[in-house]
This record gives sequence, C-alpha cells and structure tokens, in this order.
Amino acid sequence: MNVDMTMFHQAFFDEAADLLADLERNLLRLEESPEDAELLNTIFRCAHSIKGGSSTFGFTEIAHFTHGLETLLDRLRNGQIEVSRPLAQLLLESQDHLKALLDAARGVEASAPDSAPLIARIEAAIAGNGATGAETLANADHAGVTAERGPHGAGRRRLRLDFAPGAHVLQKGSDPLRLVGQFLDQVTQISVSCDASRLPALAEMNPEICYLTWQIEFQTGNEVAELLDVFEFVADESEIAVAPLEESEDPAPAPISSSDPAAGPVALKPASAPAAGRSEPSGKAETQTLRVSTDKVDKLINLVGELVINQSMLNEVVQNFTMARLPRLVEAVGEMERASRELQERVMAVRMLPIKHAFGRFPRLVHDLAAACGKQIELKMTGEETELDKTVIEMVADPLTHLVRNSIDHGLEIPPERVAAGKPEVGTISLNAFHEGGSIVIEVSDDGRGLNREGILKKAIERGLLSESDPAPSEESVYNYIFQPGFSTASVVTDLSGRGVGMDIVRKAVQSLGGSIALTSAAGKGTRFRIRLPLTMAILEGLSLSVGEEVYILPLTSIVESVRPKPGDVRRVAGQAEVAIVRGDVLPILRLYEVFGARPKITDPARALLVIVATESKKVALLVDELIGQSQIVIKSLETNYRKVEGIAGATILGDGRVALIVDVPGLIRGANMGRARVAA
Amino acid sequence: MSKTALIVDDSTSMRQMVGFTLKGAGFTVLEGGNGKEALSALDTAPGGTVDLIITDLNMPVMDGITFIREARRLAALRFTPILMLTTESQDAMKMQGKAAGATGWIVKPFNPEQLLKVVAKVAP
Repeated sequence: MNVDMTMFHQAFFDEAADLLADLERNLLRLEESPEDAELLNTIFRCAHSIKGGSSTFGFTEIAHFTHGLETLLDRLRNGQIEVSRPLAQLLLESQDHLKALLDAARGVEASAPDSAPLIARIEAAIAGNGATGAETLANADHAGVTAERGPHGAGRRRLRLDFAPGAHVLQKGSDPLRLVGQFLDQVTQISVSCDASRLPALAEMNPEICYLTWQIEFQTGNEVAELLDVFEFVADESEIAVAPLEESEDPAPAPISSSDPAAGPVALKPASAPAAGRSEPSGKAETQTLRVSTDKVDKLINLVGELVINQSMLNEVVQNFTMARLPRLVEAVGEMERASRELQERVMAVRMLPIKHAFGRFPRLVHDLAAACGKQIELKMTGEETELDKTVIEMVADPLTHLVRNSIDHGLEIPPERVAAGKPEVGTISLNAFHEGGSIVIEVSDDGRGLNREGILKKAIERGLLSESDPAPSEESVYNYIFQPGFSTASVVTDLSGRGVGMDIVRKAVQSLGGSIALTSAAGKGTRFRIRLPLTMAILEGLSLSVGEEVYILPLTSIVESVRPKPGDVRRVAGQAEVAIVRGDVLPILRLYEVFGARPKITDPARALLVIVATESKKVALLVDELIGQSQIVIKSLETNYRKVEGIAGATILGDGRVALIVDVPGLIRGANMGRARVAA
Repeated sequence: MSKTALIVDDSTSMRQMVGFTLKGAGFTVLEGGNGKEALSALDTAPGGTVDLIITDLNMPVMDGITFIREARRLAALRFTPILMLTTESQDAMKMQGKAAGATGWIVKPFNPEQLLKVVAKVAP
C-alpha cells in the first residue's frame, strides 16, 4: 500500500499548532502552580502527541527533539524532577524551538534552527536530577520491538511447534485458531494436530476460556523468530516452543493441504491509495484549511435537506400551476426563502472562529514583555468565545498585538511609580470581545498613566493639524490625532510616553477589515482602545439609495439617521462649505452626485434627503435623491475585477441584475477632508 | 458485509491516517477523540459492536487504558480485537493495556503497511 503521507500533513500542522498553543498556555501556568499534577500531565500529553505525530509523518528532527522534551516532562510529572524557574524557562524555550521547527517543516521558514544546544540543555536537566545517566536520548529513532535474529541461511528445516495459548487469550480479543492459520500460511505444513484433552465436560466448561493446544510439524527456510511474530500479542501468557523434528529420511512429505484448520484466513488486500488525485501533495503547498465543529456541519446538512424538500415542493406547485394555487406558491417560495437565508447564515458561521485564536498569543507576550521591562502585569481576557470571521481573526491579530505591546511598553508604569500614584503594584491589561449590534467590538485597555493630552495638542499644532487660534478641540478629537500618519516620531515617543507609535498602521489595518477604531483615555487612570469590526467580510447589511439613475449602497453600520432638512437647516458657511444643522450638530454636506459625478434628480437640499453617516471620529451628511431600502448585500471586490477606487468599498449585483457600488464611508470622509476634492475615479 | 473499525485518538491527523489506511482495507471507520467519545460512537454502531478497535493511550477526558477496561465490560465487545497505539518508551503502559484487556499493540511511528500487518494479525 503506497500511501502518500503528505496528504495528512496539513492536519498534523493544524493540530500541532493547537498543541503548541496548549503547551504554551499550560507552561505559563506552571510557574504559578508547579505542584499541579493534572497540569503536568496535560503538558506531557501535548509533547507526547506532537512526538507521535511528527514521527509518524516523517518529521524526524521534530520527533527527535520532542523525544528529549517528553522524557524530561515524564520525569517532571513523576516527581523525579522539581519545577524550577530556570526549568520553566527551558520548557518555554523548547516550546518556541518546536514552533520554529514546525514552521520550517511547513515551509513557512526557510531553515530549521539547530536543536543541538537545547537538546544538550534538556539532557543536562534530565541527568542533573538523580535520573540514571545511562538512559541517553541518542537512540530516539530506535523502533520498538525487534526480533532476535538467528544465524543466517539456515536452509529448509523441519521443525515442530508446540502452541499452548494462555487460558484468557479469548477474553483479550485474540483468536488462537486464527493465529495458527496465519502461522501455517508462512510455512510448508507437514501435520497439524489439536489437543483437546484438557477440555472439560460441557457443564463445567467456561466458553470464554481456551482449553486447546496445538502441535504443528512444518518445514521452513525462514527465521523462526520471524515466523513466531504472529504470536507476538499472546506470547506473554502462552507457551510457545519450537524444536527440530527428528531427522527422518523422508525428504519432503506431501503437504497436507486439505485439512486447513483455520478455514483460510484472507489476507487483507488494501486498495492502492488514490494519491494521484491530489494536485500538489508536496506539503509545501499552503492550502488553508478550516476546522469546523461537526455540530455546525450537521446543521448545514439538515438545512440542505430542507432546501431539497422545498425545491421539490416548488416544482410540484409550478408544474401544475393554476391561479387557485397561488397561495400555495407564495407559501412555498416563502419557505424556500427562509431556508436559503438560514443556509446563508449557517454557511457564514462555518467561517466563524472564536476570537481566542487571536487572543491566544497574549499570555505569553505579556509574560515575556513584563519580565523584559520590569513591570508586573495581570492580563484579563473576557469574551474569548466570541466568534468572528476567520480572515478577520487572522488580520486583527497584528493590530491587537501592537496595541497590547504599546500598553505594556508605555501605558503601564513601573511598580514604584504605580505605588506613588496610589495604584496597585500590578498593572492590568484587559482584552475584551463582545457583540454589539451587527458588529464585534474588541477592547484593549490598561490602567496605566493615560495619554498625554497636552503633548498631543502641542504636536498637532506643530504639525499644522490644528492652529493655536482654533477653539480647544474636544477630548476625543485630541486623542484621535495619534492615528494621523507619521504623527509620532521618535521624539514624540518620549514626549508622549510613547503612545501612538505606528497607530496609523493599526488604524489602516482595522479599516481595511471594514472596521473602525476609537479610544478614550484619562490621565492617571488608563487608556481604552475600542475596535469595531464587521461580523463577516463577505456580506453586509446595507441601505440602498438612488442618485439619479444610479444605485449606491451604504453599510448600515455607518448610518446614523436620515432626515429631510427644513429649508433653514441648510446653510452655506461664509466662503466655506455647505452645512446642515441636525439636532444641534453642524454637519458638512457631501453631495453624493458631485462626489461620484452622477446626474441627480434633485439638487435642492431642502427637497433631497440627507443621510447622516459617521466614522468613529467624524459625521457628515450625504445628500441623496431617495432611499430605496435595506437588504443584505453580497460584496464583490472591485479591485479584483477593475481597480481600487477611492471612496468605493466594492460592488454588488442587485436583484434586477444591475450593478450597484458600495460606498466606503471612511474613505469618502477622508476624501472630503482633503479640501473637498473630488474622490471619484 | 463490511467490517467496521473504531479509531480512538485525540490527534486528528493520526485518526485520519489510520482511518484512511483502514478504509483502504475495506473497513467502515468510526472515530472518537477520547475514550468517552469512543464509547458514545459505539452506540451508533450496528449492534453496538465493531470488528476492530484501535486506541491511543494518552488522551484527555478518558484515557486509553480506562477505555479498554470499559469496552471489555460491554458484552458486545468481549472478544473484539483491541489494538493500542504505543510508543517504544511505553512498555509499562503496554503491560497495563494488556491487563485491561487489549489484544495487541502497534508501536509508533508506523506506516500504513506496518499498520495493516498488525491489523491482519488480529482482525478477521
């Protein structure tokens, strides 16, 4: 059977990554509770599983390294070695090393790091603790049972086997008769006899006990040890003896083939593996896989079943349609609609993963960084089960890391400073994820010193983002300056206690996911970043509106309200842009037809409709002809089909087949800020 | 009638590999991620029994030894061949497994041919 083992590699890598994450999490807990036997067991099991998989799938380097690690962990859980700080550190380093080895095996990293130094340290840790030094790790690849080999080339010999199976072999699932048959398959049989003399009377017989023994005379040219391999599993409890037959001159008695005692066991004939079916089984081909709980799949299958039933119902109604059956048709279509909507939701849910996949890296990061900068930090994570699109999770991990890193580096004070400020020595960083409306909110907060408002203001004026004569901006808008590109330079890092390093990049990353970021901060109390992300990237809840003949879609999450302004509410600020006064707010008006160069039906603001849209930092009023309605929009990328257009997030196909553009609200507002330049293509 | 095998391992890749190999040999395959899952998987098997069980030993929730002991208690599995997946460093475990009622073992690492060879020793 020629099985291409690379077809299992992706599964192995996936689960190894999970195991490593588990390993790390538990190793981090080990320092706190070194006596926890269950914890040590779990840690051991992680290493053990990685070793098993890596050796099976041919990653000998990983298997070799993990073997040493496993031995050390085994000693730890048996209490032969005690947990110490350096040891915990060594284990964490080993975990990192394993990760690097796995990355190399996956082809993510070009070359694998050298394991030798760590192996030496692991061996030292094992040897240094009363364990017998005799047991070396060198022969890690040694495969278990090897049969003894007699002198080679014994020729064809005539032998006799006495086989008395243990009384309880049946209860262990072994079948002695079967074993005898398998043995006979390998040799030339001379005679077979079964001794039933120990069989008790029927009334006394226990059918689960084996009373029989066999004597087999046979001829073979093979090694006896190899022949006896079939008895491997029963050898311990059975009597098995092989002796030469007394030499008779009879050269080769005719084999007694008719009396096959085992009724001919059929050798398993495995079908050859369909390895050729896969396009690129080189293992390097990075196919993304998604593990989905069977629960979710079951629900999908259920729904598809419903859909099929619905469809046949529809068929039936349509085929014999009369107007009298119209209600029936409406009902069937309704059912179909419900099922397909639910199917859509469920299919989307397949891509959803709990956010703990993104949070998982933080305990270690916080642990390491805290040690590096001499701070004491407690990490609190809540809402780890909140589900989010897989792509979003992957892409939000980096911005989150940036925020957490900033909080540790610059937000939290060193212990003496905290004590002086009347705060507990241990700083807290909280990661919190939850649903809010149609989106997911992730908060990163610390109880550190907060942002330096004055410093930011000064810098903003320096950079000309604000003039000194301007009225003092609100708290919120001051902080938002840190998201300006290039706002923070090295000097700002010190001036502003370092906040804002690369914050524009964080914001860009979040925006590229269709999300937004905002922050609040209080001097001496801490800072809280709030990232708002869409649940999924492929479908959005949108409001369609018309401008002339064109239809545009606005993401529902960005819409605050829509109003029909009274004539007095729209004003032109002297020499400046048009504004609308809505509930006391003065909002700039953006005429959508101007922005996109469309031909409108209505140009008079008092007759048109204003849709108020907002990003985290700004609100504007979009002037449109009218609203059409709210619906779920499947996003098609404009970039892949055409090119990127500023102010447009994508396109979609309407129910009547027309194409509608989806407005990118933050992009639109950005464009409007730049001197109200046209942002159209 | 097709033969059924139950594979018990917390490692998905291991289950995939063993499962794939056994399917190639004509088995219908049931799976469990640990002993407990395996016992409930058995409930779905026709007659509550299978023709072969292959189980890992180190598993969360219910380990392999406990699973073997539980399985042997079920009338339908009294004589079913049970193979353990062990490593060369687990001789003690092998003995424990035997005592609990295991039929035999397969030493990791193994390839599909080696697996089928061992399976042929015990399974009809």
